[in-house]
Amino acid sequence: MSAAADAKQRAAEAKRIRQFITPEGIDLELKIASSGLRMGALMIDLIAMTLVLIILSLLAIWLSPAVRPDVMIIVWMLGAFLLRTFWFIGFELGSRAATPGKRMMGIRVVARDGGRLTADAVVARNLIRELELFLPLMMLGMGAVENMVSAWTAIAGLIWSLTLSLFLLFNRDRMRMGDLIAGTWVVMAQRVKLDADIATTDERPGEIRFAEAELAVYGIFELQELERVLRSNDPRAMREVADAIRGKIGRPIAEEDDLFLLSYYRQLKARLERKLLFGKRREDKYASD
Amino acid sequence: MGPTSPSRAIDAPSFSTSRFRAEREADWIAFDLLLTKLEKKGAAALSSDELLQLPLLYRATLSSLSIARATSLDKALLGHLEALSIRGYFLVYGVRESRLDRLRRFFLYDWPAAVRSVWKETIVIALVILLGALTSYSLVASNPEWYFNFVPEGLSGGRDPRATAEFLQSTLGHGKAAAGDEKSGMHVFATYLFTHNSRVSILSFALGFAFGVPTLMLEYYQGIGIGAMMAVFAGKGLGLDFGGWLFIHGTTELFAAALSGAAGLRIGTAVVFPGARGRLQAAADAGRTAGKVMVGVILMLFVAGLLEGFGRTMITDTALRYAIGSLMLLLWIAYYYMPRRKDVT
Repeated sequence: MSAAADAKQRAAEAKRIRQFITPEGIDLELKIASSGLRMGALMIDLIAMTLVLIILSLLAIWLSPAVRPDVMIIVWMLGAFLLRTFWFIGFELGSRAATPGKRMMGIRVVARDGGRLTADAVVARNLIRELELFLPLMMLGMGAVENMVSAWTAIAGLIWSLTLSLFLLFNRDRMRMGDLIAGTWVVMAQRVKLDADIATTDERPGEIRFAEAELAVYGIFELQELERVLRSNDPRAMREVADAIRGKIGRPIAEEDDLFLLSYYRQLKARLERKLLFGKRREDKYASD
Repeated sequence: MGPTSPSRAIDAPSFSTSRFRAEREADWIAFDLLLTKLEKKGAAALSSDELLQLPLLYRATLSSLSIARATSLDKALLGHLEALSIRGYFLVYGVRESRLDRLRRFFLYDWPAAVRSVWKETIVIALVILLGALTSYSLVASNPEWYFNFVPEGLSGGRDPRATAEFLQSTLGHGKAAAGDEKSGMHVFATYLFTHNSRVSILSFALGFAFGVPTLMLEYYQGIGIGAMMAVFAGKGLGLDFGGWLFIHGTTELFAAALSGAAGLRIGTAVVFPGARGRLQAAADAGRTAGKVMVGVILMLFVAGLLEGFGRTMITDTALRYAIGSLMLLLWIAYYYMPRRKDVT
């Protein structure tokens, strides 16, 4: 990766971070959920709602063997409406403020002003969904079925309604129309498991020692990339990274990749953290040491 | 290179991130477990000991996050602490009352207060619906052909100017003919009306942010449908009966329609005239009031659906229909506009 690409990637990451200061004075640095995740969550929810409807109709058939067609129509019409309206509201009112789809994607709804998420905000943001999801469909249907409007009117209507539906693509905070009206955001809320500490200070047998000059070539970004590779434990990636580091510090291939990388990681981390304590934060290898 | 590196002496500082982690890790794990329990079973499931622990562990975790950000470069550790703090923050500060309390407060104060606060918009929308009804009534009364421009074929179900007075009477649930036939289709029709009306109401609310213009149009259109039907029935001398047929559920349903329009208009006006606040802030404030109104609207429409589906098929006496309709209207008005002692807006 080139310096420019690295910087670009990190700038994009930083753009999604929003300051969010708790009463204790700590910035939680919430990350805005990407539009792809939002779309995925919506898809999962729609599929889940369809499944619920199918189960409901099977139940209706099972309960009354001589099923009348009008019962099915009521199940589908009323069920679809109630599900569509209250699925999102019901789940987002819970303590996790997320529908099953959102939970799977690791995102949740929060109030933009940092206060608690009130029921009316949840209701407002989800009733607007009716408009965003179904207006484009209605516009299409109107043009296709009723022949009341000309094709051009239908297309104009479709485009107009799509700008509403795709509103979240056009603003930095990825707010839907509903988020805008309700004063909410959708942010990342993944659970992150506490992984083992791979840099415990106690000496291991056979640890390789590196000289100061050998450690001085990398910064924090490279350290954390190395951590990622070590945690993923993929031998091919480790071989590649180990070769890159060996090339950089001019060291002949002599040791096992994992032992080499682990030793290097530990000492680089100790070195950079020591500098951090003295107030020197070296972001990446391009920054001066 | 060899084991005699010069940095050996400072390699074991008295503060190390590993030691920091070893010292605090137990707190994080305890906090994580507590949060999981809280999420799964709610605050009622926690013992008083655990409840006292919650804020302590929360603060300990937040302080760990601060220290880790300043000293540690372990991304896994930072990520875990950040996620745990975010989760903790929203649980500790998020829920202050139980769902039951919330529900109680909504019905006692929030809902009527929200409806009261949009009274100006409600009057405007009511006038717009009335205007629509008057327009189509006068047009259809002078020339019945207009009817077909106003009411789509599917919705009218044969109730148009060509129909006979007997048929029209039968659709009101009075005559003998066609009554048995319609019974089976009645539930479907009622369900259809409820979902259709709810959707129209939600749309007229949701379209409010476009400066309220589509909202006004939708509400006008609702009035037009009613006026046209009214003209057809009145033309055959069934005006009073039709009024009763409409009144029994119509007072609730039209009130709900007016409120949904008012909610939409509130958002529209907030976007156009945000006042001293920012436009976004104004929209968010209006949206929250309107959201409360809308929950009420859906409940009202549900009541209207019940009155329409069951009340109207069972009660065929016109006077009784008028009585029930008026009673419902009075109930709603009293519920919304009667002054309360303790008020939270």
